[in-house]
Amino acid sequence: MSGANDSYDPKEVAALAPDLLQAAVEKASEEFSSAADLDALAAVKPAHLGEKSPLLQARREIGALPPKARAEAGKRVNEAQHQVKAAFDERRAQLQAERDERVLRDEGVDVTLPWDRQPVGARHPLTMISERIGDVFVGMGYEIAEGPELEAEWFNFDALNFKKDHPARTMQDTFYVAPEGSGLVLRTHTSPVQVRALIERDLPVYVVCPGRTFRTDELDATHTPVFHQVEGLAVDKGLTMANLKGTLDAFAKAMFGEQAHVRLRPSYFPFTEPSAELDVWFAEKKGGAGWVEWGGCGMVNPNVLRACGIDSDVYSGFAFGMGLERTLQFRNGIPDMRDMVEGDVRFTLPFGTEA
Amino acid sequence: MRIPVSWLVQQLELTEDYRDLSAQQVADAFVRVGMEVEEVSELGPVTGRVVVGRVAEIEELTEFKKPIRFCTVEIGEPEDPDDAEPETTQVICGATNFVEGDLVVVALPGAVLPGGFAISERKTYGRVSRGMICSARELGLGDEHAGILVLPTGEEAAPGDDAIELLGLTDSVIELSLTPDRGYCFSLRGLARELACALDVRLIDPAAIDVPVAEGESVPVTVTDPQACPRFVVRRVTGVDPTAPTPWWIRRRLMLAGIRSISLAVDITNYVMLELGQPMHAYDTGRLRGGLTIRRAEPGEKLVTLDDVERALDPDDILVCDESGPIGLAGVMGGASTEVRAESTDIVLEAAIWDPASIARAVRRHKLPSEASKRFERVVDPALPPAALERAARLLREYGEGSIHPGRTDVGNPTLPEPVVMPMDLPDRVAGIRYQRGVTVSRLQQIGCQVDIGTAEDGTPVVTAVPPSWRADLNQPADLVEEVLRLQGYETIPSVLPAAPAGSGLTAAQRRRRRVSRSLAEHGYVEVLPFPFVSGAVWDAFGLAPDDARRRTVKVLNPLEAERAELATTLLPGLLEAVSRNVSRGARDLSLFHIGQVVLPRAEQVPMPEVGVADRPSDADIATLKAALPNQPVHVAVVLTGNRQPPGWWGPGEPASWADAVQAARLVADAAGVELTVEKGDLPPWHPGRCARLSVGGFPVGHAGELHPKVVEALGLPQRTCAMELDLDLLPLVERRPVPSVSPYPPVLLDVALVVDAEVPAAELTRTLRGGGGDLLEDLSLFDVFTGEQIGEGKRSLAYSLRFRAPDRTLTVEEATAARDTAVAAAAERHGAALRG
Repeated sequence: MSGANDSYDPKEVAALAPDLLQAAVEKASEEFSSAADLDALAAVKPAHLGEKSPLLQARREIGALPPKARAEAGKRVNEAQHQVKAAFDERRAQLQAERDERVLRDEGVDVTLPWDRQPVGARHPLTMISERIGDVFVGMGYEIAEGPELEAEWFNFDALNFKKDHPARTMQDTFYVAPEGSGLVLRTHTSPVQVRALIERDLPVYVVCPGRTFRTDELDATHTPVFHQVEGLAVDKGLTMANLKGTLDAFAKAMFGEQAHVRLRPSYFPFTEPSAELDVWFAEKKGGAGWVEWGGCGMVNPNVLRACGIDSDVYSGFAFGMGLERTLQFRNGIPDMRDMVEGDVRFTLPFGTEA
Repeated sequence: MRIPVSWLVQQLELTEDYRDLSAQQVADAFVRVGMEVEEVSELGPVTGRVVVGRVAEIEELTEFKKPIRFCTVEIGEPEDPDDAEPETTQVICGATNFVEGDLVVVALPGAVLPGGFAISERKTYGRVSRGMICSARELGLGDEHAGILVLPTGEEAAPGDDAIELLGLTDSVIELSLTPDRGYCFSLRGLARELACALDVRLIDPAAIDVPVAEGESVPVTVTDPQACPRFVVRRVTGVDPTAPTPWWIRRRLMLAGIRSISLAVDITNYVMLELGQPMHAYDTGRLRGGLTIRRAEPGEKLVTLDDVERALDPDDILVCDESGPIGLAGVMGGASTEVRAESTDIVLEAAIWDPASIARAVRRHKLPSEASKRFERVVDPALPPAALERAARLLREYGEGSIHPGRTDVGNPTLPEPVVMPMDLPDRVAGIRYQRGVTVSRLQQIGCQVDIGTAEDGTPVVTAVPPSWRADLNQPADLVEEVLRLQGYETIPSVLPAAPAGSGLTAAQRRRRRVSRSLAEHGYVEVLPFPFVSGAVWDAFGLAPDDARRRTVKVLNPLEAERAELATTLLPGLLEAVSRNVSRGARDLSLFHIGQVVLPRAEQVPMPEVGVADRPSDADIATLKAALPNQPVHVAVVLTGNRQPPGWWGPGEPASWADAVQAARLVADAAGVELTVEKGDLPPWHPGRCARLSVGGFPVGHAGELHPKVVEALGLPQRTCAMELDLDLLPLVERRPVPSVSPYPPVLLDVALVVDAEVPAAELTRTLRGGGGDLLEDLSLFDVFTGEQIGEGKRSLAYSLRFRAPDRTLTVEEATAARDTAVAAAAERHGAALRG
């Protein structure tokens, strides 16, 4: 071994020469760059960053330099090693990105393939329009009242001021049930629910009554023996026909849009006096905006209030009712009412869960 | 009710404003005051030359299959007065109801009849036909087309006269649909009055006839039941020429109203009914035996009516009788024995007032609706009979050359409308508007009320209105209010939204029903709304035992289809029919649901109580009313057939099975927030081995599973159709759902496989494990069911994964294992379960 620190063999420390270090860096960069994939990169890594790599070997020679030269040489080797490491990291990141991209590309599918494995259902539009109407009135503070479909004549007729043997009773084409004189009918309208509400509830009463009703009409494009109505009733102090109109206007707007409003024509119902037929201005009417017959309404007949034990000098009220099939028919443009009753799924499915 | 506009207008004192009143304006006026207009039909249009013709010569052509006539018709005066030959045309005609000399209506070539029917010269039946002899229908005058229109003799018409003017073909007919309260509007008189009110013009009342004081009686009359017959009036006309024709103006109005011309006497009674609203009857005096008696029928009595049908009478029927017995079913139809015939010259005219309810019942009983009964079952003006008789008698005198017998019998004392007292401002208060002063009084006067103004005890102004005799429908203040409001116009009432008090939203049951419906739809079920009418045969197809409660149905007395007279006690028949309909239209995979009421009669039928309407019924009466109704719970049901999950490019589909039906019940239970218990069941129409009994809180609520193969076969359903039905009303309402405390500590997961007898229901084993696992067992799920040789005959292995967790600490495996062992021990003890090795 040579003497300490004052003499050295330049040959022994040639590895630390700047040009050699530079060459090692360049060679490493070149080999990393030409590695085609991550495996190839891993294979060339030891030659440039491993124990036997030229730079690590050169580092071992630093001790052979004179003390004043050591710092500079050390700096030089570190610099070179950083460059090699950086070249490696860069290439590895590049190759990883390429691999990830390839994997994702290989996992690609035809997303246009249909995937309707879950059976699709739907609610009946009549159910939904009935709920929708209920919601409109619940929003105004009303409650929803219900009653039985097979009803006592007392509720369906007597209490509603249908006199016995009066033509008004026969004009409703009632289904009667056995035995003769049973006093039971399939309700011809949802109005018996009004009577039940007035008898059972505390005043004031604001209710809507949606439900299924029955009349002996043969089934055709515009009639069905089993149909649905919704009826509204308000009994309070000081209610007027102007209030009836205001309520119906608000209802019409909720159902048919801002332009909708109603028109009343004098008519007759035993349970209201005055009574009116109800038309609605429907902007999307087939063939152009116009009036559509919608239902009936009026001020509750004092005879009805009396039968329910309400003092008609103190309380007054209004009532209105309309057919849901008919409402749906013109609102949604359904030409044939039979489609609503036959239960063909092709009719109901497109409605999904909103009419 | 159909009525020509010209007739209506004739009864109005029209002001200058209405000189050119159109049919449409008349219709609009009617609608405004509450008469529903069904149709406004303009007569015609008839253009070209349509003239009166006289049939000069008829040549019968016999070589054809049907009778054909070749007629020479005079259609004008000779052009040259010196020329004796009138203008003629020759026409082929297929009708035979005319003779030479008759006046007819001829449409000449170039004329166009209603419906665009153009007349031209044409060759037919080997002749040249120049024009057409018209029927009433071809002229647009009505539906009569049995023959051609022959003008009555004595009509002031000559060949060549313009028939368009003579027949009144430039008129319109309004058809109104009248509400049952307005009996008086079934007449020209009533409708003209409404029109006068609507247009604010004066009415010329056709009933304003001077009725002379009677000189004695006409025919003796006894009314034994004044309630049935409040008034009965008769007059006699003698020496009527039975061959006298009905004048054209009467025939025309009857025709346009849709009433057939029969004979002068009958036509006149019908005409007066149309004009004044009083239905009448004409008897042949020569056939009457003694005086008339009005009474109810006796049991077993019979009557042959005008239509020659023998009718068994009901003790509720009101009869007109002479000494021979019943001669007429009052207000409904006359008897054959005393009817006016072609040779009758001496006629007794009857105008009566009958009890509307009795007439309505008789019409329904005998199924004999008529123009007369339509009016009687509403209300006929009780003051009208003498005027109506006078009018009819004078017409018979004028057109039938009869003599009016001076006597008149008038029996009865009908009730007239009572005065109604109303606060003066009530119309304003009901409408929500302030009407001009005087409006209420003038409107009430306009409809015929006698009005007095006064003051109530508290000093507020009141009106006292005595309604006119024809307005029996006005008997309370609200009735007067309607008259004021409708005549002022509903369009003048403003629109004011009232503020309802705050409501409490939907009830728990209403919210639940919506949730159930939505949940089923979102899980692939399609809602249908079948009718509740079923055939009794379906219960046999279902295989129900004779005493099965579902056979106890309510029967409809007047079903639309005779074989579907029962009200469904279950939703399944309707749903299965919907399946069949869809399948017949090519559908295969169906999952349908229905939520609706069923009708379940009570074992002990409570009779319907008699309850009045004068005041609120007592609570006891209300309770009885409700108890007399069958129970009508809301059910929910599903049916499934075909695939539950469809096949596709991903592979085969999943056929709908009993398990899907049970799962549907679970969906319902989940939506309702209740815990469903599933046990083995056995109830038709389900497959005895694939039927689940569903219960909640220990109460049975329904069934689910696959249908019995015999039911499937009997109803022609697809194989393996499955169904579920449960009573939604039986599920307890859950207002607030309990939330378990959520432990943040990690779970211990352990699996066990237990071998048990194949008979042990999985649900029971699961329940035992759940109980045995104690509080530490958070959840368990069955992940495998296995049968096979390794397990042994009659056994099966059920594999569970159990999740243990403590609420307050990290559970050790030892603790979890101990809990599992306890669960397994419980299963061993209760079900003989053995751990699978």
